[in-house]
Amino acid sequence: MTSSLPEAASLDAPESVAGRGEAPIVKAPTGISGFDEITRGGLPANRTTLILGGPGAGKTVFALQTLVTAAREYREPGIFVAFEESSQQIVGNAATFGWDLPVLERERLFFLDARLPPTTVQAGDFDIGGVLAGLQAKATEMGAKRIVFDGIDVLLTLLSDPAKERREMYRLQEWLSANGLTAVITAKANDNDATAAERYSFMQFMVDAVVTLHHRMLDRVSLRGVRVMKYRGSGFSEGEFPLIITDTGIEVATFGTSELDFAVSTERVSTGVPRLDTMLDGGYFRGAGVLISGAPGVAKTTLAGAFALAACKRGERVLYVSFDEAGNQIIRNLRSVGMDLEAYRDSGLLQFFSVRTETRSSEDHLINLKKRISEFKPQNFVVDPLSALAKAGGHIAAVHASLRLLDYARSLGITTVCTSLVADEAINETTTTQISTIADTWIHLAYVVHGGERNRTLTIVKSRGMKHSNQVRELLLSDHGITLADVFTAGGTVLVGTARFEQEAKIREQTANERNERAIRRKTAEQGEAEIRAQIAALEAELEAHRLASELAASQYAESETRRTSNLDTVKRLRHADVDNSADDGQSNKRQAATAMSPASPAHGS
Amino acid sequence: MSRLVLRLYVAGDGPNSAAARANLKRLLAHCEPSTYSIEIVDCLREPIRTLQDGVLVTPTLIRLEPKPGRTIVGTLSDSKQVVEALGIDGPATMELR
Repeated sequence: MTSSLPEAASLDAPESVAGRGEAPIVKAPTGISGFDEITRGGLPANRTTLILGGPGAGKTVFALQTLVTAAREYREPGIFVAFEESSQQIVGNAATFGWDLPVLERERLFFLDARLPPTTVQAGDFDIGGVLAGLQAKATEMGAKRIVFDGIDVLLTLLSDPAKERREMYRLQEWLSANGLTAVITAKANDNDATAAERYSFMQFMVDAVVTLHHRMLDRVSLRGVRVMKYRGSGFSEGEFPLIITDTGIEVATFGTSELDFAVSTERVSTGVPRLDTMLDGGYFRGAGVLISGAPGVAKTTLAGAFALAACKRGERVLYVSFDEAGNQIIRNLRSVGMDLEAYRDSGLLQFFSVRTETRSSEDHLINLKKRISEFKPQNFVVDPLSALAKAGGHIAAVHASLRLLDYARSLGITTVCTSLVADEAINETTTTQISTIADTWIHLAYVVHGGERNRTLTIVKSRGMKHSNQVRELLLSDHGITLADVFTAGGTVLVGTARFEQEAKIREQTANERNERAIRRKTAEQGEAEIRAQIAALEAELEAHRLASELAASQYAESETRRTSNLDTVKRLRHADVDNSADDGQSNKRQAATAMSPASPAHGS
Repeated sequence: MSRLVLRLYVAGDGPNSAAARANLKRLLAHCEPSTYSIEIVDCLREPIRTLQDGVLVTPTLIRLEPKPGRTIVGTLSDSKQVVEALGIDGPATMELR
């Protein structure tokens, strides 16, 4: 009596649906953050979406959330048909997400328990015509725009015949098409289930969009994912995206907009280590992502702590996320190197957020951290260590989560310092490498073992957009925090610790010797100068003596001349000599006087 | 044995519903009319009542009395199942004799 129907369904269904696909697609937002992004707007409005997934993948929550969003945000009435759980159970579960279903139920939502009583006897063929008639009346009565059929596989299993299943699916599809509701049908499907595969390959033809949800365990951590398999008449992001069930519902983790257009700052913030600031030509860029990698115990936390302390001192808020280490522990440990963070924590400037790694998946952590950031609005953010996320199940997932976390912080202009634990000297390890590609500054701390000692060194592996030192420095921890010291290379080996100290001592000694020698040379020169000055003084004294003698001689001669002249005058007067003679005589007398002086003149030259 | 009270939900004259009606009539032909009453609800005419009564598929036959209630779905073509579920003498039992 119904034998012709299944064939008709299998042949006609794809055709008829494809025919409707010509009209432009209108999207009905789901309110699931991320999902509307990958589907570019949400579910196909007035059409049917099939959600497939294993147990616990989040199908019911997903479907319910689309309905709740529509009812709350767009005041669209909706119907939820529950084939698997009782509507009471569903309302109860929804309460944990803070969705006030009882209120919505009174106004805009209708829940139908569509479970057959367990004692039901099956005696022959049946169909879902009755319930569809009922739903149609209800939809008209409340003006419903959306409908969810949750757990259609339960109904299909009752039919126990693929042909009948197809017939009823087709009946449902016809009904949905006629009513123009935005519909979501969920069904259980395990990956390796042949029955399900056949069942849903047929259903996938009938619907306009197919979304699969995955739930698997990886490294003992549960991971959920969502993938759009098909979306008739619309583009969508292919590939699987992490899905997280948070305390407000489902979130789908996406990278956000694919274009990177963050505002970038040229402002510098201190690393908390003055000499490191110098090495970086002023410090980290504000809003940059900084990666500090290194082996255990190499002072990654201390370096991150120095940054946090410097930020607090500037009066900025710092969110310090520590994995598997309590805030108190970090405060105590940093106090031992003279960094006191306690006061800032007490004043609320510094907030510690300590979490255990293994309790959640990396996506869960990410969601949590983003929430913390949006609540606390820090200017600075420390994740110690970021590599802990990699422990939280699934390497690729962890890397993605890390990248998105850095991206998120960067988009908010938050300066982020992450530490990353790597095996000593294995800095090419994949996690680090991948994260390092989006880190703006990468500082690697390492141990140098030399002369029976293990000492710490610091290298700036890269720092985008700034001049930075290429030199290896020795990192020293003291009561006053971190200091950096020059290292020496001798015979191709970097000298640190005692070797560096010895080298420094040697250089100090050399310097001292040179200084002494210089002093001696100067002294000698000074003495020489003094001696010459003394000789000059002696000679000048002698010169003075000669000059005095000469002056004396000159004055004596002048006197005697005066006397002789006056004698001559007297003689002339006595003789009455004429004027001319007296003049000639006077001249010749002067010449005689000069000749008389000449024997004394060689004394001037000696 | 107390009086049998039955209600059959059908979806108009659909093939399954028509079959159920015919099968039920055949099964009850062997019973004394005074020992049972039957109500037939057409879901297409009373859709809201269908939802309120929690009827999911058609046809559905419900035994309201005697308690406990029983639900039988399908065209009732499997007479043995129906007869057992309703606790009546039917053609199946007779055929077995």
